[in-house]
Amino acid sequence: MTRTLRLGYVPLLDAAPLLLAEALGFAEEEGLHLNLHPAPSWASLRDMLALSQVDAAQMLSPVPVAMALGLGRSPTRFEALSVLNLNGNVIGVSQDLAVRMRAQGHEFGFDDPRCAGLALLAAAGQLRIGVPFAISMHRELVQYWLAALGADPARLDIRTVPPPQMAAALAAGDIDAFCVGEPWGSVAVEIGAGALLLPGAALWASAPEKVLATRLGWAEAEPGLAGALLRAIWRAGRWLDAVENHAVASELLTSPGRLTVSPDLIERALTGRMVISLQGQERQTDRLIVFHAGAANFPWRSQAAWIGAALARRNGLDVAQTSKTAAAVFRSDLYRLHLRSTGTDLPAASEKLEGALASSTAVASERGQMILPADRFFDARIFDPSAPLR
Amino acid sequence: MFAAVGLPHGRSGLFNWPEYRFAADMTQRLSIVVVEKDRERAMLIVDGLRDAGNFDVMVIAEETGLARRIAQRNPDLVLIDAGNPSRDVLEELTLATAPMQRPVAMFVDQSDGAMTKAAIEAGMSAYVVDGLRADRIKPILDAAIARFHMLQKMRIEVAETRRALEERKVIDRAKGILMRARGIGEEQAYALLRKTAMDQGRKLPEVAQALVMTADLLK
Repeated sequence: MTRTLRLGYVPLLDAAPLLLAEALGFAEEEGLHLNLHPAPSWASLRDMLALSQVDAAQMLSPVPVAMALGLGRSPTRFEALSVLNLNGNVIGVSQDLAVRMRAQGHEFGFDDPRCAGLALLAAAGQLRIGVPFAISMHRELVQYWLAALGADPARLDIRTVPPPQMAAALAAGDIDAFCVGEPWGSVAVEIGAGALLLPGAALWASAPEKVLATRLGWAEAEPGLAGALLRAIWRAGRWLDAVENHAVASELLTSPGRLTVSPDLIERALTGRMVISLQGQERQTDRLIVFHAGAANFPWRSQAAWIGAALARRNGLDVAQTSKTAAAVFRSDLYRLHLRSTGTDLPAASEKLEGALASSTAVASERGQMILPADRFFDARIFDPSAPLR
Repeated sequence: MFAAVGLPHGRSGLFNWPEYRFAADMTQRLSIVVVEKDRERAMLIVDGLRDAGNFDVMVIAEETGLARRIAQRNPDLVLIDAGNPSRDVLEELTLATAPMQRPVAMFVDQSDGAMTKAAIEAGMSAYVVDGLRADRIKPILDAAIARFHMLQKMRIEVAETRRALEERKVIDRAKGILMRARGIGEEQAYALLRKTAMDQGRKLPEVAQALVMTADLLK
């Protein structure tokens, strides 16, 4: 018997696992039919999930954490069943700023956050940076990056701009820079509004970008459905990560009713071959967006703790208490429970030192050993979830 | 739902606020901001609000600097189309630091399910300043929901009419193509299209569209 689930998403590249789980039959294989509902904004999607108009939704990874902390004052609670993707964001600057940075000798290497950040701060006065949502990894990454470089907070004005309006806002001079999920960064390059400066992955090599969120308690009340959904999306992520599928994925994702950009732009992000300026300069980058490899979907409690600590610092909450509350929002226990039947290996631990891996490293797994990819922060700081104050 | 949590005695939600705003609340004119790009739609909403009472209503059509403009105005209530992507910009305001002035997404208190449902169906979202008294808000929201509802119906109607017109144009073009190609009259051309559609189990406009597209390719 096929059961129907309603899923909400925002039309972005990282909605791909949800869209393809249905389109390629991974859901059907699990006895599911996914009814997909696009949302015009993150606020709408959050409301749709909270009001049970959908059963599960793609969500900015800090949103369920912020809700657990009472930020935004929603009485509803969400939990994250899996990470949909690591990374996927790019940072770009206006044409005007790019010209000034080039004049000062910056070469737009697209790989060195320290050099790029210092060049940006040197070329800009007041810096207005657009991010898609007030509570988002985009915002946390930008804040982390510029603070680590010693930027005066008074110079920074981080404001919300909906992704489809980001390129236009940059062109109109309403913002000087942005951090946004693909394909919207590439759209800004295409219309000549600006140049890409860095991939988000350069700031944090394995940043949990979007999660699969459900209302607190739903997954435990509906274990059959939750497990089927998790596995279908996990398989879609595995398919998406395979190099040979990138071209087909780009076409599938841009077919009518899905993403409204050209397949060419989608393919750039999937392959990591980015065009960073209107002059057509290309930069090859690893792990621009990761849907599967290296236990990418495992919801590490330490990732949530990092998000909690970051939100706590910015909102004047108790850091230690907050990161503890936050860690519980990422349900690594449920993920284990439901993914084991796929035969995939799972990490032995549910927390790790975030930022400790400078390169791919073998770690203990349920069945022996598995390889985790680099998860380094650009400034080499290490976040220990048991001592979040450091 | 996106109302207060952690209030004393487990009180939460829009329509049972503790009255801790200011006493002047009852006498002051409520100020309302309507975020709407389309001038005609905005005017219809404003008219609806005028009928509901004496409010200080301002329309913001610009997307740029939306959060700043609203913060400057400091309204009691913000109304916005739920389908407007700029809703995310307003969420910034809900995290503002001054606690008493903080707007809360009204979307919506679980204690008034009927109003929640009506707002969703009408495609309306609202942000209400924390602590505003429920009896003052309800008539405004009722009026606003009614207007959003009407606008939504109008939008559907217009879209459907437009589609019907488009279809008729395509069918006329397809008829023209058949008349020229096969030297038949208008009625015969139409009959042929209808028969083809029936034989193939497709809709008439689809068949006409396919014919027009093919003819364009062969030009």
